[in-house]
Amino acid sequence: MSTSHPVIEIRALHKRFGAVHAVAGVDLAVERGELFGLIGHNGAGKSTLFKLLLGLIAPTSGDIHVEGKSLRGAAFREVRRHLGYLPENVVLYDNLNGRETLRFFADLKGVPRAQCDGVLERVGLGDAGRRRVREYSKGMRQRLGFAQALLGQPRLLFLDEPTNGLDPEGIREFYAILHALRESGVTILLTSHILSEIQQRVDRLAIMKSGRIQAVGTVQQLRESTDLPLKVSLRFARGDDGLQALLRTLPARTLRFDAGEATLQCTRQAKMEVLTALTALNGRVLDLHVREPSLEDVFLGHASEEPR
Amino acid sequence: MARLALRPIAVIAGKEFRDRVRNRWVLVVGLLFTAFALVIAYFGAAQQGTVGFRGIEITIASLTSLVIYLVPLIALILGFDAIVGERERGSLDLLLSYPVTRLELLLGKFLGLAGALAVSTVAGFGAVALLLARQLSWNDAWHYAGFVLSSVLLGMSFLSLAIAVSVFASERTRASGLAIALWFFFVLVFDLLLLGALVASGGAIGTDVFPYLLLLNPADVFRVLNIFTLEDVRVFYGLATVFPERLADPWLLGGVMSAWIVAPLCLAYWRFRI
Repeated sequence: MSTSHPVIEIRALHKRFGAVHAVAGVDLAVERGELFGLIGHNGAGKSTLFKLLLGLIAPTSGDIHVEGKSLRGAAFREVRRHLGYLPENVVLYDNLNGRETLRFFADLKGVPRAQCDGVLERVGLGDAGRRRVREYSKGMRQRLGFAQALLGQPRLLFLDEPTNGLDPEGIREFYAILHALRESGVTILLTSHILSEIQQRVDRLAIMKSGRIQAVGTVQQLRESTDLPLKVSLRFARGDDGLQALLRTLPARTLRFDAGEATLQCTRQAKMEVLTALTALNGRVLDLHVREPSLEDVFLGHASEEPR
Repeated sequence: MARLALRPIAVIAGKEFRDRVRNRWVLVVGLLFTAFALVIAYFGAAQQGTVGFRGIEITIASLTSLVIYLVPLIALILGFDAIVGERERGSLDLLLSYPVTRLELLLGKFLGLAGALAVSTVAGFGAVALLLARQLSWNDAWHYAGFVLSSVLLGMSFLSLAIAVSVFASERTRASGLAIALWFFFVLVFDLLLLGALVASGGAIGTDVFPYLLLLNPADVFRVLNIFTLEDVRVFYGLATVFPERLADPWLLGGVMSAWIVAPLCLAYWRFRI
């Protein structure tokens, strides 16, 4: 990851729609080559923030700089040419085929039409390019939407719920492309409701609530910031009922103890003490597994906090 | 603010135009115009007991009445969902995320649709001119060309209104309702209101104001443009007494018609810009 200026820089951003404060003072910086996730409940302000970042709506106040330039200034076209966007509910033109769709968007972006076939191939639609979009499945439409975002080798990608309608194989291929793009220095900002899907794949993420950024960081940093308990699952020999009394001496709460299995819950600070004690029970504890709070746990923890 | 670029306008206009050619809109409307124009040219005087081509001036006068009803309706139907349709489908944000300004998008939409309307109008009425070619003098052909051109301008002015409707309306259904309301107002209600005002005021709204009020309706401008430039028809309709000669100048009326094209587009842009 580069240490140069952030690709996206947002300062004190506000957007009001009448009485609704959709974006309420957002400060955020996304570095070049980052795969950055934006998560939040419906109505948290993610889509509004996306629209502000794309220059589709004007902020009430605050600054947005993309690659150091304003989206609404003289560099408008230059910034847009290096930007790809996949909307949440991508609706393309049913009367065109896949190839014609890409050619239209390529023309609009000023990209050579010769790129279209390669991009179609890349998203797995090489054989479907001459079929009308109206015959496409939801997953194929999503792939075509992704293809138009990739036209012109963008330096910055905005992807709103990009895996909607994709099957597991499609999701895997999609993230493989994203990781390849990230390796080549493309900055990617994405939203997703499927938190388990993005927790292993994003570099950093921000949690939005009521128009504000509640927390920002790597998944691990966010876990640590919430101080959510960890769960330790262990397996022991059936009939070793004496173990339960021993577990009670640990700085952990026993959630379950039966049929040779137990689940404990402890704070992050107590984690090593608990693990050390359990490891010392070698022979009596047959197996153990530590489960960190999931991104969903972290999200729900932050989402339940009062907005900052 | 970014400078206006021709490329995105041409790309969007090209797509709109091609879409109308591919879905046979241009062909169907062109054939419709040809069929109506032929029927009117040959059977327009059937009520007077004669059938056959009776001369270009009477044909144009009959066609004018048809065009006033038909062309605004077709133009409004063509353009009412140009923007609101994209917005409702969710493709507007995608288009605007490209290196295209809102003004370029509006102009591209307008020009593409206007091109489709113009081609079908010129081809539709032009086919009739070809069929009647032997019976037309150069002067007749000149008058007929003027009629076709003014029909195109009329279509564009209502298309411009339709684009404005498509920007102001929040939903397609509302846009269609608004478009139909505009058609009723300009094609059916406006003249009735003027006549009502004339009668109610006991003629106080007379020849001084009345002609200028007609300019507030592109359908009336079209009617005046076609009827007042044809000597026989002007006398036949008895309107020479209420419309001053100086306002009947085709260039002036063409200018007013052009203003009716530009003004709604400006209004649409004012509303559409962020």
